[in-house]
Amino acid sequence: MLLIIDYKAGNLRSVQRACQKVGMDAVISSNPDTVRAAERIIFPGVGAAGSAMQSLRESGMNEAILEFVREGKPVFGICLGLQISMDYSEENNQETLGLLAGNVQRFDLTNAALKIPHMGWNSIVIQQNHHMLEGVKSSDEFYFVHSYYSNPTNVKNIFGITHYGNDFVSVVAKENYFATQFHPEKSGKVGLRMLSRFATWDGD
Amino acid sequence: MLSKRLIACLDVRDGFLAKSIKFVDTRNIGDPVLKAKEYYEDGLDELVFYDITASSEDRKIMLDVVEKVAAQVFIPLSVGGGVRSVSDASDLRLAGAEKINVNSAAVLNPTLISDCAEAIGNQNVVLSMDIRKVQASSVIPSGYEIVINGGRKPMGIDALAWAIEGEMLGAGELVINSIDADGTKEGYEIALTSLISDAVGIPIIASGGAGEPQHLVDVLTKGKADAALVASMVHYGEYTVRGIKEELHAQGIKMRMSF
Repeated sequence: MLLIIDYKAGNLRSVQRACQKVGMDAVISSNPDTVRAAERIIFPGVGAAGSAMQSLRESGMNEAILEFVREGKPVFGICLGLQISMDYSEENNQETLGLLAGNVQRFDLTNAALKIPHMGWNSIVIQQNHHMLEGVKSSDEFYFVHSYYSNPTNVKNIFGITHYGNDFVSVVAKENYFATQFHPEKSGKVGLRMLSRFATWDGD
Repeated sequence: MLSKRLIACLDVRDGFLAKSIKFVDTRNIGDPVLKAKEYYEDGLDELVFYDITASSEDRKIMLDVVEKVAAQVFIPLSVGGGVRSVSDASDLRLAGAEKINVNSAAVLNPTLISDCAEAIGNQNVVLSMDIRKVQASSVIPSGYEIVINGGRKPMGIDALAWAIEGEMLGAGELVINSIDADGTKEGYEIALTSLISDAVGIPIIASGGAGEPQHLVDVLTKGKADAALVASMVHYGEYTVRGIKEELHAQGIKMRMSF
């Protein structure tokens, strides 16, 4: 079963619809027991780190996700899902899941012409090969909406970077965990292709 | 580097695509679901549906349209027209809308913006403003006035001040719709767009007046808009989404060209 983690952080049906479009039936659930039964999970989300972590703790979902990751099963983080996988977020000064070493910080843009949030289509420069990134061309663009970005301390976890004012990390991965700052479910055909690759990723 | 966005606006009345000229004389010009799909395949960056009747029974028809489009179109989908409450916004979000446009109801009740921002996130709340040029005065120092109810009711509110207030209340984006330019095909209202873009820190979508690709070039450069909205340019087959993007790209505007 493919599970989409529900922790009251945004509208998850768009992720479910995109999965359906590429032939993956996904279940949306906020019950930690469903995580234990899942084969792979998508960890999406938009919103603030503070309320997201609170909701994950209250439901016990945080422990269930950490356990799932330890078991080596594939996880796809999206947007806030990526951000709260880090150690710490400047947003709400929040300790987060700690799947990856590093923090999350706000765009600090001195150039007033660059607006926050970083909203719209932007490209990624791939730093390392990954099953999930196969077929992505340098001209492909993905849909972003965010004001914060992650800062992994270990360069081995950095798989893609994007330029907005300065370079920031837009794709991270560590073992069976892969995550993007952009929204594949809103990124047209290149996004759908990436989602469909998740069906064939065994977490290696 | 972030691309500029090409957005197509589909005005929907009773489940059909309509196009107004200066906000009156609407005509049925087709099926919004088919059009949405066609534009998506052609490389459109974002879609806006505007429910131009928005009575309570039409709302269900609109939700159905949104649902059908969201199952086939995987780019941001924005919906507006008659959004008066957080519950209207939530219904549209559940049907598949990413962003919610608020307009007249927000002018009458500005807390609608903050309430929606809290419920669905700032980035998903778009404040759409219908603006008419007037004589500058002490009440309207910028010389641009907010009008509501589809352009019928002037409000005595300065458009620039309202844009700034909208951002403070939690809007994530602004649509600057010039009623004077709407439907004329003579170009966007550049001065107005640039004035507001300079005054706020959130993205600006220029709307009203597009007739040829050069108009988009102008508003995305001189007008300092982050996105340009088109309607009749593409609805009647005069231009295609792809054709417009190719032209902008050729003129040095950063556009998403791989789709």
